[in-house]
Amino acid sequence: MVLNEHITTVSRPIWPTEETSEGSQELFPRTSTDAAELGREVGAVLRLPEGPTLDPTQIDIERSDDETMIINMGPQHPSTHGVLRLMLELDGEVVLRTKPIIGYLHTGMEKQAEELSFIQGSTNVTRMDYLAPLHNELVFSLATEALLGVEMPRRATYIRMLMTELNRISSHLMWMATNGMDMGSTSMMIYGFREREMILSFFEKTTGLRMNHNYIRPGGVAADLPDGWEDDVEIICNTVEARSYEYDELLTGQTIFRGRMEGIGNLTAEEALALSVTGPLLRSTGVPWDLRRTMPYLAYDEVTFDVIVGTYGDNFDRYSIRLNEIRESVKIVRQLLANMPSGDYRVQDRKVTPPPRGRIDSSMEALIHHFKVFTEGFAVPEGEVYVAVESPRGELGCYLASDGGPKPYRMHIRGPSFVNLQALPLLMRGGLLSDAVAVISSVDPVMGEVDR
Amino acid sequence: MGLEDLPHNFLTGQLEDLVKWARKSSMWPATFGLACCAIEMMSSGAADFDLARFGMEVFRNSPRQADLMIVAGRVSQKMAPVLRQVYDQMMEPKWVIAMGVCASSGGMFNNYAVVQGVDQIVPVDVYAPGCPPTPETLMHAILTLHEKVRSGEITRRRGVEPPVVLDAAPWVPEVPSAVRVSRPA
Amino acid sequence: MTTETQTIQAFEGFPTVASPGVAAVAFIPRDQYKAVVGALKADGFEMASDVCGVDYLIAGARTLPESVKPERFEVVASLLSMSRRIRVRIRVQLPDADPMVDSLFDLYPGTEAMEREAFDLVGIRFAGHPDLSRILLPEEWEGHPLRKDYGIGRVPVQFKSTPGPR
Repeated sequence: MVLNEHITTVSRPIWPTEETSEGSQELFPRTSTDAAELGREVGAVLRLPEGPTLDPTQIDIERSDDETMIINMGPQHPSTHGVLRLMLELDGEVVLRTKPIIGYLHTGMEKQAEELSFIQGSTNVTRMDYLAPLHNELVFSLATEALLGVEMPRRATYIRMLMTELNRISSHLMWMATNGMDMGSTSMMIYGFREREMILSFFEKTTGLRMNHNYIRPGGVAADLPDGWEDDVEIICNTVEARSYEYDELLTGQTIFRGRMEGIGNLTAEEALALSVTGPLLRSTGVPWDLRRTMPYLAYDEVTFDVIVGTYGDNFDRYSIRLNEIRESVKIVRQLLANMPSGDYRVQDRKVTPPPRGRIDSSMEALIHHFKVFTEGFAVPEGEVYVAVESPRGELGCYLASDGGPKPYRMHIRGPSFVNLQALPLLMRGGLLSDAVAVISSVDPVMGEVDR
Repeated sequence: MGLEDLPHNFLTGQLEDLVKWARKSSMWPATFGLACCAIEMMSSGAADFDLARFGMEVFRNSPRQADLMIVAGRVSQKMAPVLRQVYDQMMEPKWVIAMGVCASSGGMFNNYAVVQGVDQIVPVDVYAPGCPPTPETLMHAILTLHEKVRSGEITRRRGVEPPVVLDAAPWVPEVPSAVRVSRPA
Repeated sequence: MTTETQTIQAFEGFPTVASPGVAAVAFIPRDQYKAVVGALKADGFEMASDVCGVDYLIAGARTLPESVKPERFEVVASLLSMSRRIRVRIRVQLPDADPMVDSLFDLYPGTEAMEREAFDLVGIRFAGHPDLSRILLPEEWEGHPLRKDYGIGRVPVQFKSTPGPR
């Protein structure tokens, strides 16, 4: 094995804005970039099994240094979904190479998780994918429960499913809003947020917060659903479903929207699988992979819903997948509404879940358990586990290693946007600069889970 | 007193008051949404919590055209020089609102990666607590800033000039000066 | 979650344990890591879900199979077979002095960013990786924060003491 000298000494040209340059993480002119790196920046990462590797010199966009221009987009830019920095090499308006530079939102959450107990862990992970916070909490709780070996009561499982499906609806509505705005349709932005506010006010009623709820905890959920939740959820379902057809009127048939979305950002299934892409990005290429259907968790095998799969792998497919996933999630929520079981909303094991607040006045044991759970935390047996759920962006996984103590020894979250961003050079190659904005939007990265 | 009561067709007043009123009424924010707080900032600009009624719906993409930088979200070590560069590009007069606990003090992330408070990098005028602050909290912070600008309090030097006293008519309830919004003329 | 006990042919001869949610967890020595992953890919594991690094410096006694010598670092690769709907996990022990292992980029180009992150935060080197540079931290950062000998870097806060030892 040869040590990679790339790491220690890199001789690169000095750029004028040195304070914000990121050294070897950036894009450089073709003369100072070797062929392998050129290939990756163009997006030619595939070794096709039956053919030759995609040679960067054979690609039809071969230009000299004088004709091309390297520009920097971000990290502060209205069209990027968060602090994503892109270095683009352009020939006029055509994008030749792309290099995403991330890390501008790195918060050290995986290190922070080692300092927080398991019951506090949800507060930390929930801020990773901040558009679908309940999914982060869910995957962390599932991983902890897999190590603990506790079984959830049915009502807790159903409540978790209800909340995460509502979160999926609100995340996709948010995507439609920001995608509309990136395309220039500010009315779509307002409509998306209007529907989202209904769901957020239901979340506020149930969990106490509009975002970053800390609701799904190891052991169940933090509190039971409030009285009258059935009416609220019914109103949400009816409204969102009816208005999703209004979005069809506004966007789906509109020539400008279609012209900007169809045929842009094409991805094939082989490329997607090689790049470990999951979620709507993978399903748009025609691969029917949805963890809720193929490797069900919670009680997804007890509800019926369709998995939406695209054909062409372009932006328009991803838009229609997300729009229809809103409708499918409404279908799931209706089934959960009809079949919600009664029972406990958290597991009754006193070593894991704190006792009800009212009981600590009367019972000494309850007081001691409450104290132990909230100060020291409950101990999780030694072991390691990897659990994955289907978040609105793809496969959200949690690798949790415990050493028998009350805090995780190592928590690693596999963020779907982190992996999906590797497809960006491929999607943007050969397109126009204005399509670059549309492509980033349709990949739907959330930088909180990219950078953690 | 309306315009009909005046014997002449003009009003008089101090030029500074007019300038301050104009500044606070059309204070354009620059987009500096970083993390979760950015979503709440967008929500406050959207339908239910309309920021347009305060003249602030246009989030200017270029910092050269903006007056207000709402730092919404946690600032990582890699982002800090970018933040300073964007702040430097803004034209005077400019203001900064630290939205959320991560921007105010580092929040729950007291570790190697997060700058413990954006006031280590740029001067902050108003801090909005919350994780994330609800749109109402953000609007309260914005209105506090508007009030500070309108009354001139933001330009005074502490300890040198006397504090600005808002004339308290009997019907105004006893609230701290930062919270009191201007009463209609 | 499926907990099937399918025999994975690529894992013959290596110690395996069971774990919830995966078909098997195998402990592979680092010189055979890429070969085993290649065999798995040929066997129908189309996607590499996750590659991460762990630092077991202060973990104390770990339960590992007898033939596996515990080292300081570990690289954990999770692979997914979509046709068979199972996952497997591979754990490779890496010594403190030389935390280097083969990169999976040739087999799974999607591991590029994951391995860069493992290098950036834990300090594990991947031989054959096309561009092993920092991805999350600034370029000139020194140290690898997710190592156990790297402190959390917290500033003192009034009335809140530092968390006690683990």
